[in-house]
Amino acid sequence: MELATLERLNACRQARIPAVLVTDLGGGHASVIAEGDQLHGALGEAVAAAFRSGHASVVEADGGSYFLNVHRPPRGIVIIGAVHISQVLARMAALVGFDTRIIDPRMAFATPERFAGIDLRSDWPVDVLKAKPLDAYTALVALTHDPMIDDFPIAEALRRGCFYVGALGSRKTHASRLERLKAEGFPDETLARINGPVGLNIGAVSPAEIAVAILAQIIEAMRLRDVASAKGDIR
Amino acid sequence: MSGASISIDPLLTAEAWRKSGREVAIATVIETWGSAPRPAGSHLVIDAEGNFEGSVSGGCVEGAVITEALDVIGSGDPRMLEFAVADETAWSVGLSCGGRIRVYVERLA
Repeated sequence: MELATLERLNACRQARIPAVLVTDLGGGHASVIAEGDQLHGALGEAVAAAFRSGHASVVEADGGSYFLNVHRPPRGIVIIGAVHISQVLARMAALVGFDTRIIDPRMAFATPERFAGIDLRSDWPVDVLKAKPLDAYTALVALTHDPMIDDFPIAEALRRGCFYVGALGSRKTHASRLERLKAEGFPDETLARINGPVGLNIGAVSPAEIAVAILAQIIEAMRLRDVASAKGDIR
Repeated sequence: MSGASISIDPLLTAEAWRKSGREVAIATVIETWGSAPRPAGSHLVIDAEGNFEGSVSGGCVEGAVITEALDVIGSGDPRMLEFAVADETAWSVGLSCGGRIRVYVERLA
């Protein structure tokens, strides 16, 4: 592969543009096809199928043998609350490869010192999510315990079909949250999509342990309860 | 891709290494059969000194792939490798999980 080809592929990946790297296993020539590029012939059809499935594979087409490697944008996690758990969760989520951002209108919490290198917005979720809306490829985790801050993004995550919705709080806190959302008109089966108490039940105690439990539950939702892959497009 | 800066990304590593003047090979899992530790599309990148980033298995065959990659860096010709359990005729290393993988190794020009 030529360096220029790799540069184009990496540029697509960093711009969150789905791309397929087509490698001719006969001659070794490689080319990048970005989503939206013109496709032709049997190989073009195979590339279109690869975009839909997201799976890398070897295909025989147009008299040659080609390896199609699909690069789709990483899933995202939006964390509501610049709290202690978020400090750990954001870093671990980035290690796993999630695009991670934190929203918290409380200036005292949302300080750059506590979240070095993390995309952090100290504004109200209603304003931040207007500029960059939630989608089916994003997980929403609400961690402030404050209905004034948490309720809107949770409701928005349910409306937008986020692949994971989690909310911190005791069973009692969660029960009153469900009552408020029910009053807003959400049916029970929609509210059942909220993971509360948040995280897998591994007996987590410390903020870091709770972050592990939450991240594991998000991965479970992505890998085992994946509704988005059926549609084929990660965006 | 805010996570890219701290998550391990072999293809970004390969680009950075090549641009800094290092010779680089990219190994890619292109097919798997049965139980295989890394799915098709997984990368291991190697430089001429034998430094590497990423994986094509659970650490079972990386050593052999690196050896082949050094040859590929030298010759410039891509190679197709195949690893299976107890495949003593072709390779002295294999996958203990019982799977089989095909790995394509090419030089980054």
